[in-house]
Amino acid sequence: MAEAQATARVGLDGVVALCGLCLLAAAPPVLEHLQADYLLPTLTRMLAYGLAAAALDLVLGYGGLVSFGHGAFLGTGAYVAGALLQHASRGTPVLAWPIMVPGSTEALVILPAAAAVAGILAFLIGAISLRTRGVHFIMITLAFAQLVYFLVLAVPEYGGTDGLMLSARWRLAGLPVRGDAPRYWIALVLLVLFLLAARRAMEARYGLALRGARQNERRLLALGYPVYAIRLLAFTASGACTGLAGALLADVAMFVSPDLLSWQRSGELIIMVVLGGQGTLIGPVVGAFTLLALEEELSALTEHWMLVLGPILLLCVLLFRRGIWGQVIGAAYPG
Amino acid sequence: MDPSLLLEQTLNGLTLGVMLFLLAAGLTLIFGVMDVINLAHGSLYMAGAFASAAVTARTGSFAAGVLAGIAVGAAFALVLELALIRRLYARAHLDQVLATFAVILIANETVKILFGPQPIFAAPPPALAGSVELLPGVPYPAYRLVIIAVGLLAALFLWWLIGRTRLGMLIRAGTTHRCMVQALGVNIEVLFAFVFAIGGALAGLAGAMAGPILAVQVGMGEQILILAFVVVVIGGLGSVRGAFLAALLVGLTDTMSRALLPSLMRDLLPPAAADQVAANLGSVAVYLLMAVVLAVRPRGLFPAHG
Repeated sequence: MAEAQATARVGLDGVVALCGLCLLAAAPPVLEHLQADYLLPTLTRMLAYGLAAAALDLVLGYGGLVSFGHGAFLGTGAYVAGALLQHASRGTPVLAWPIMVPGSTEALVILPAAAAVAGILAFLIGAISLRTRGVHFIMITLAFAQLVYFLVLAVPEYGGTDGLMLSARWRLAGLPVRGDAPRYWIALVLLVLFLLAARRAMEARYGLALRGARQNERRLLALGYPVYAIRLLAFTASGACTGLAGALLADVAMFVSPDLLSWQRSGELIIMVVLGGQGTLIGPVVGAFTLLALEEELSALTEHWMLVLGPILLLCVLLFRRGIWGQVIGAAYPG
Repeated sequence: MDPSLLLEQTLNGLTLGVMLFLLAAGLTLIFGVMDVINLAHGSLYMAGAFASAAVTARTGSFAAGVLAGIAVGAAFALVLELALIRRLYARAHLDQVLATFAVILIANETVKILFGPQPIFAAPPPALAGSVELLPGVPYPAYRLVIIAVGLLAALFLWWLIGRTRLGMLIRAGTTHRCMVQALGVNIEVLFAFVFAIGGALAGLAGAMAGPILAVQVGMGEQILILAFVVVVIGGLGSVRGAFLAALLVGLTDTMSRALLPSLMRDLLPPAAADQVAANLGSVAVYLLMAVVLAVRPRGLFPAHG
């Protein structure tokens, strides 16, 4: 009986998610038909933030570790993409020493590079931060993100506080990427691939161990699970995928802002996860779309839109703890 | 580095250090006693700075301004505790982070509406506007010396309050054995509200004192809040003594690295680039310090919880 319910629940969220995916897949032709394709870059941005929020959910929702420093990975991914594109258009190497690293405009090089650098950074930060618990962990990830922020600002070549304007865009497998629709497709495919892979991992033994460590760390340790390594792997993977999202943002905006590294951005990513529903993977994507749409609408309405967003956020925290996706799924199957 | 410059930079570091202590003491107490992470602590500081600047401009009296800053900081903290934080004690830290993040958004936007987005000008009182000659040929602004003195007095007051009074005994007991204090019949709600008010008053005082040397503007709270977090983490959560030592350590590290790096960098880079690089690398030093301390002692220098 319980098993039947469980499959039924999976069925429902699967159906709703599939409908959402159909809507997203239909967006480019429909928008073009309505002559509203100026909205596509905004949607691409939402997809990228959705990817970042879903990646944060691995750590925050499944791992129960409140990382207040994911802006660092988002920004790192964006700056890696920005640096590779910038150096390629100038014909200068990114690094001349100790190894020669030339610039590149190839997305198949840029995306893995952004993920790899952000992942290495996440591994280093995670290795120290995961030695701590609770509030310590929140503050330490925040402080490390600040460290990265100031380090990047210190490099004059990448624009400091002005950010990095990009004059080149990436190519895919040697072919130029023309127009907004292909960028949208790249983001959508990456997001869907991530969601499928992450869902697979979270339902596997590894995911169960990660969730188990959140609920009862001592018990898992007693059972012989390497809790620290399990968490570090989740943190690293999460950082790498957040970096991927940053690279997408850099290409769609043709601009890398140091704001991406700021602690406010880390806070916004957490808001997206909680607003959508933590520990659900799809929820954070919904949260990202909701928050960005709210920001867009409210800022068009009034200059003081934060005065509206703040109370909305407060109400969500106090009253709707399961988030939007949690409500959708939970409402259909109470208990 | 010549001795007079060293003295000057040490005093600058102490100025920053005591300001950080005023903020970090409240944060660490609130965490230690109530297990709450309060991001809006920087908003209390901002409220104190704006209230103080407004009252000083209206009355012409700096002392009245500082008192107003303290009062507004404490009042704001009390309202915050009664209206919001009280509902969050039993919640996860994540909820506390989000709720107080929302408070930051609301507070910043409200101040922007009330005072405008431009920084407002706050002058030190005329009597303290000059400088004092500490050593022959080494003048130092008198107002900064007053900040150091006020900060040390506040530290002394806290030491007396926490170490020598009945209330302080309850605070210490609350930090180490929260359930036991409740079980013994102490009115924990009043104690919590009081600790919050003290934290708010200290933050308001810091804001009021900072006005004349830093820009009074929207978002000023968040810049210093993150440094205060670093102080709290290095000092050990819940430990006022740890916060004091860590605040001075962080203040000195930050100031010294900013003072020393530009001259080092000028040998390596063109001057304009060197200043930008040095200013940002100076900020990095504090976080590196934190990383080193935590790599050795994950719970900080003086952890209060057992």
